[in-house]
Amino acid sequence: MNVQAWTFLLVASSFALYIGIAVWSRAGTTREFYVAGSGVSPVANGMATAADWMSAASFISMAGLISFMGYDGSVYLMGWTGGYVLLALLLAPYLRKYGAFTVPDFVGDRYYSQVARMVAVVCAIFVSFTYVAGQMRGVGIVFSRFLEVDVNVGVYIGMAIVFFYAVLGGMKGITYTQVAQYCVLIFAYMVPAIFLSLLITGNPVPQIGLGGVDQASGTALLERLNGLHQELGFAEYTSGTKSTLDVFMITAALMVGTAGLPHVIIRFYTVPRVRDARVSVGWALVFIALLYTTAPAVAVFARTNLLANVAGRPYDQVPEWFTNWEDTGLIGFEDHNGDGRIQFVGPSAVDASGARIENELRIDNDIMVLANPEIAGLPAWVVGLVAAGGLAAALSTAAGLLLVVSTAVSHDLLKRGVKPTISERGELIAARVSAGAAVLVAGYLGVNPPGYVAQTVAFAFGLAASSFFPAIILGIFSRRTTREGAILGMVAGITLTASYIVYFALLHPELNDSRHWWMGISPQGIGTVGMAVNFAVAWTVSRFTPPPPVQVQVLVDLIRVPRGAGAAHEIDA
Amino acid sequence: MSHHSADRTRPPRPSVVDPGTRARHAAYWRKNVRLVGALLLIWAVVSFGLGIVLAEPLNALRFPGTSYPLGFWFAQQGSIYVFVLLIFAYVLVMNRLDREYDVDEGEDG
Repeated sequence: MNVQAWTFLLVASSFALYIGIAVWSRAGTTREFYVAGSGVSPVANGMATAADWMSAASFISMAGLISFMGYDGSVYLMGWTGGYVLLALLLAPYLRKYGAFTVPDFVGDRYYSQVARMVAVVCAIFVSFTYVAGQMRGVGIVFSRFLEVDVNVGVYIGMAIVFFYAVLGGMKGITYTQVAQYCVLIFAYMVPAIFLSLLITGNPVPQIGLGGVDQASGTALLERLNGLHQELGFAEYTSGTKSTLDVFMITAALMVGTAGLPHVIIRFYTVPRVRDARVSVGWALVFIALLYTTAPAVAVFARTNLLANVAGRPYDQVPEWFTNWEDTGLIGFEDHNGDGRIQFVGPSAVDASGARIENELRIDNDIMVLANPEIAGLPAWVVGLVAAGGLAAALSTAAGLLLVVSTAVSHDLLKRGVKPTISERGELIAARVSAGAAVLVAGYLGVNPPGYVAQTVAFAFGLAASSFFPAIILGIFSRRTTREGAILGMVAGITLTASYIVYFALLHPELNDSRHWWMGISPQGIGTVGMAVNFAVAWTVSRFTPPPPVQVQVLVDLIRVPRGAGAAHEIDA
Repeated sequence: MSHHSADRTRPPRPSVVDPGTRARHAAYWRKNVRLVGALLLIWAVVSFGLGIVLAEPLNALRFPGTSYPLGFWFAQQGSIYVFVLLIFAYVLVMNRLDREYDVDEGEDG
């Protein structure tokens, strides 16, 4: 069978599996729709969380991104895993004990305020839509590259699948589908990585191979790569070029943002007990860490291979995978000096006479993962597997995000907002209708992506870091935090973060460099400052406003001890 | 889902607890906050300290037995392993504390 046939077969059978699971686990009550009846085992929930968390960006783009950034890529590796420590220690057990259905539920009840609830709802919807647009686009791209259908047709197929299992199954259907999707995506990621590691370092474990010896040259792999970088005028791979302060701020913003993302937080409402919520975060991070510690190895393998086997070669002697991927536009060669060789060089490259050498190779980040099976000389079915894995990553994340949007509408806006008298059946119908509508909006954004997808993702993290995270932490750890403090804190944090990002990313992209940034902090890292401002404002204002009502203070005391959690439920505090 | 499906919609209703229980809960909470503080200190030292602020000088060293520059290893491998260990350490200690202070959950919550 050829690549095309294998891809069709593997993608189709993985889709059949997801739909089968959705039919088997469809939701009958709002409790099943919102939190899977709080009956999911901690390990299964950990796996589902990992699939929910790892998006098309983690699967397809991250290794390539790290490959180009070298040490600076650490911001993503630490930022997108370190947040789980905050989740486990500061958020998950208490929110599970509280036992609401959504994040705005907690914010609204703890701060005895509909205004606080609505601020939280708007943030939750905005953050989730920002994120989901990228996922639908990812689905379209995988379809178009591997199955040679139009990107938009790919988006429609993806929409149909997500529509089916998110609308029918709610959280219950999504959770069990995500468990299957995790298995597909991690297998698809690890197989090429293990073979590449064997090929390049002789060790099958990529995490060990990365610190090992390069078989071809007999020197340490990372030293060889640093040497190649120096030769070709790139900055040293293991050192990086960003300022230490900026790396610090970006990492912190991503960590805190991760812990504040509603689609991650609500996953821990689905387990039966407080102690399950704690250990479930641990399992989630184990499953995530498997991919996140492999990605830097894939990045180095791909980079070394590129520099050793493509850079400096005559164009008519390039490896076969290069020619295969040229048609997709992901890699391209323009012979500026007409010598027939591929000059792939960094910004500081000069020739013998000291004249600058122009770079002639254009590479898309995504190729580092997509072309791996061919670089490692693996059989056709592995290529199909990578396609199925990329789709699993994109679909699982999209479904989790759509659920947040649908609960925000049916539960937070209708049931807890404008129409408290709505029946259980009515709320369930509203949840399904809004999930359906959310799929359509997401699909529209996938077909007509906003031109600034990369910036909007920074926006999602910055917003989550500067709004939810401080409000929830203070709500649990400081009994004295008042309604006024929390609302003003959230508004101050969001306003600062949003205006900084909008100013540099949208209004003045020409000023978006380290010389113009405040203290050299990039828009990606400003969420950390927004978070600090939120904490400071909330703390100070709380000291000058009347303390929370007694029943709220008692509620905080109850959140702090595990006993008596029960299932997730409506609160009538 | 079988044994969890009993629909317990009773909220953690505010109730008056006796002074003894209240003191026990306060002591439990102090221990919890101290544990969280200690673990977050390690979290910050490993990632922000060894992986970022001290990465440059640490890169002069190698992770024993490999060719990993040490700062680079902490930033792209070590910190992630430590994160996982921290969460499981927290789980173990908290489960013990829950029983010690008699605030643990039964088999069914």
